[in-house]
Amino acid sequence: MSETIKKVQRPLSPHLQVYKLPLTARLSISHRAAGVALSAGTVLVAAFLIAAAAGEESYNFVMGIASSVPGQIILFLWSAALYYHMCNGIRHMFWDTGKFLEKDVAMRTNYIVIMFAFILTAATWACAYLTS
Amino acid sequence: MPSHSEEDRLKSPLAKARGLGSAHHGAEHWLHQKITALANIPLILWLVWSIVKLKAATYAQFTAWLASPLNAILMILLIISVLYHARLGSQVIAEDYLSGWFRMSKLIGIRLFFFAIGVACIFSVLKIAFTAGM
Repeated sequence: MSETIKKVQRPLSPHLQVYKLPLTARLSISHRAAGVALSAGTVLVAAFLIAAAAGEESYNFVMGIASSVPGQIILFLWSAALYYHMCNGIRHMFWDTGKFLEKDVAMRTNYIVIMFAFILTAATWACAYLTS
Repeated sequence: MPSHSEEDRLKSPLAKARGLGSAHHGAEHWLHQKITALANIPLILWLVWSIVKLKAATYAQFTAWLASPLNAILMILLIISVLYHARLGSQVIAEDYLSGWFRMSKLIGIRLFFFAIGVACIFSVLKIAFTAGM
């Protein structure tokens, strides 16, 4: 039965690729993308902890990678994804209570989420580089 | 939704056997995701603050820091909460975008992956906590 259904090539209605996604939709998929990136990043956290547990030599090796330019870029992207996922996650908690779901309110909270994620990321890196 | 009509009672649960339809775990999944999300907020802020503080730590300084009971306990709580949250989130993404055999293998893989990462992290923390300075 399922085979006969597959053979009928019905036209599809216009889909994702023909629309310019509104900011709310782009932030929604970004939440998932950030979550996947952070999930993959747990491998690096595990690698760091294993290296530290293995001894001083391997600890110094991973600290060397972390403080290199590529390492700092990865850490910067990690912190940005972390703060964005956190701020948007807090917005999701408000949404779960039934608040702020109107389209115009959601559009305004888009900017609040982006602003907070930006401020927290900038503040963290200012702390990291300005304190000794 | 449970139904007690004679007709429903006699229906074969074929959809369930094929992995279609609701598994009735949705509410529990959602709740666990929210509880871990809530726990992750203070734990992650503590982690980022700690990383900034320890950015130039020597091996001795780092292991001494992690050997402090408070730090070791917070680190293990963070590992459990974050990895469980990541597992739940990855599971939803696999369920939404994948189908068939690939989905099933991905769902099994996700569980094994985060469990393995968790064991590796917790073992490492405990080893450092119990042997630092020795």
